[in-house]
Amino acid sequence: MPGLRFRNLTLGYERHPAVHHLDGAVEAGALLAVVGPNGAGKSTLFKAIVGEIRPLAGAIDYDGGPDRRDSAYLAQSAEIDRSFPINVYDMVAMGLWRGTGLLGGVTSGDRRRISSAIATVGLSGFEQRPIGTLSGGQMQRMLFARLLLQDARLIVLDEPFTAIDSRTAEDLLGLVRRWHDEGRTVLVALHDLELVRAHFPQTLLLAREAVAWGPTAEVLTPDNLNAARRMCEAFDADAEACAVAAQ
Amino acid sequence: MVYDFLIAPFADFEFMRRALAGIFALALSAAPVGVVLMLRRMSLIGDAMAHAILPGAAIGFLLAGLSLVAMASGGLIAGLVIAIGAGLIARVTPLKEDASLAALFLISLALGVTLVSLKGSNIDLAHFLFGSVLAVDNPTLLLIACIASLSLFVLAVIWRPLVLECVDPGFLRSVSRAGGATHLVFLGLLVLNLVGGFQALGTLLAVGIMVIPAVTSRFWARDMTAMIAVAMLCAVISGYAGLLLSYQADLPSGPAIILVTGALYALSVVAGPVGGLIWLVLPRRHLQA
Repeated sequence: MPGLRFRNLTLGYERHPAVHHLDGAVEAGALLAVVGPNGAGKSTLFKAIVGEIRPLAGAIDYDGGPDRRDSAYLAQSAEIDRSFPINVYDMVAMGLWRGTGLLGGVTSGDRRRISSAIATVGLSGFEQRPIGTLSGGQMQRMLFARLLLQDARLIVLDEPFTAIDSRTAEDLLGLVRRWHDEGRTVLVALHDLELVRAHFPQTLLLAREAVAWGPTAEVLTPDNLNAARRMCEAFDADAEACAVAAQ
Repeated sequence: MVYDFLIAPFADFEFMRRALAGIFALALSAAPVGVVLMLRRMSLIGDAMAHAILPGAAIGFLLAGLSLVAMASGGLIAGLVIAIGAGLIARVTPLKEDASLAALFLISLALGVTLVSLKGSNIDLAHFLFGSVLAVDNPTLLLIACIASLSLFVLAVIWRPLVLECVDPGFLRSVSRAGGATHLVFLGLLVLNLVGGFQALGTLLAVGIMVIPAVTSRFWARDMTAMIAVAMLCAVISGYAGLLLSYQADLPSGPAIILVTGALYALSVVAGPVGGLIWLVLPRRHLQA
């Protein structure tokens, strides 16, 4: 039973499409890599999946699988204020929001889960450190610990391994595989094609429209990659209204 | 001798005791709001809001004289209108919130001063602009105490989304719709504290008891809870010392209080443990690990 279905989905900014007439389905429990050149619409697609932006046309259906309320999202460049006086423990604890809400207390069971999440990502001993003192890799580990606590059925990661060291990337990929084994639906936007070939069974090659979608080996062929690269990045200021009828 | 200097003015005079109680309540309630303002880079917006409440209080004054209820309600309404108006203009037009607020509060200040001079004298204007903490009577004290209690309670309720909105607004957006409402409630708290402080310290200085102790706390603590504690302590000490100074040296009391907060701030900039200037000159050996 499909988890996510895109129906003639068009997403964009000020009427210029960044994702154009996307159709397809993501099965519940799938591990899908989303690749494409810069400006391909990967971040835009992920923002629409978690409900941060509305479609210009078409829709995203959540039939049978996890919906946007049960999703956890890791943005490409976090808007985190690193100079804010908060420590790692409290940042990770935010992952419990769905359980505690505005005023709910944090039980001792919750505290055990927080400590366990911090240990799982290899940040034991960092609990009291202010977040401004963390390196890029440590920051990413902390954000993954928060994702762990969110315990969501749909996990959407936008370029989580950019600009971090290979050991951290390996450790965090282990977490992604664990989520997949637990039956969660995981979508990851990536630039490193070797990583995709090695760890992801399914891939969507996006260049505003779906260039190819399916098993990774069939998608990441030189022909497909060249086709994607030929896509024009800039919005056309003289474009007319799109003639393809909405269904 | 020490008793005569430090305690006697408060033991002997009821107006001094009332002023002290009022300032303490204000200090405790404004300090955490000031810390949040500073962390959200909204310190100057606090100042702008303090000026924005002037025409509301002035209209209350025009309608009912120096009536506490009239001026406080007028100030509250004006503050909320300006805050929400600036927010709406920012959301609907290309103008950003800081620019729309700048325009609105300057217009407000001019409008307020004009309205007061229509009916009041220079003394009334001075009261509006600089406050008169020594003229705090029992009803005013009660109002300040209620404002302080309400403010601390509401702050505790919205604490989680407020902190989240400061440090990781993207995450808050992804888990909750509380972000926008939290911002508005916080602006409401800001206006509430300014209306409380405006009676004692006037519109020009009401934000001083909020912002200066908060900024001072940056030099003493790295953790938010500790910063709030330090800010409260600074504000309370400044209230006490400022009143004492104004009594012993016959100075206007509102500015005296703010000057003491300023002195504490200057001291902290130079010698505060977290980033004080003195540590640039006296180097410390680094640790082993």
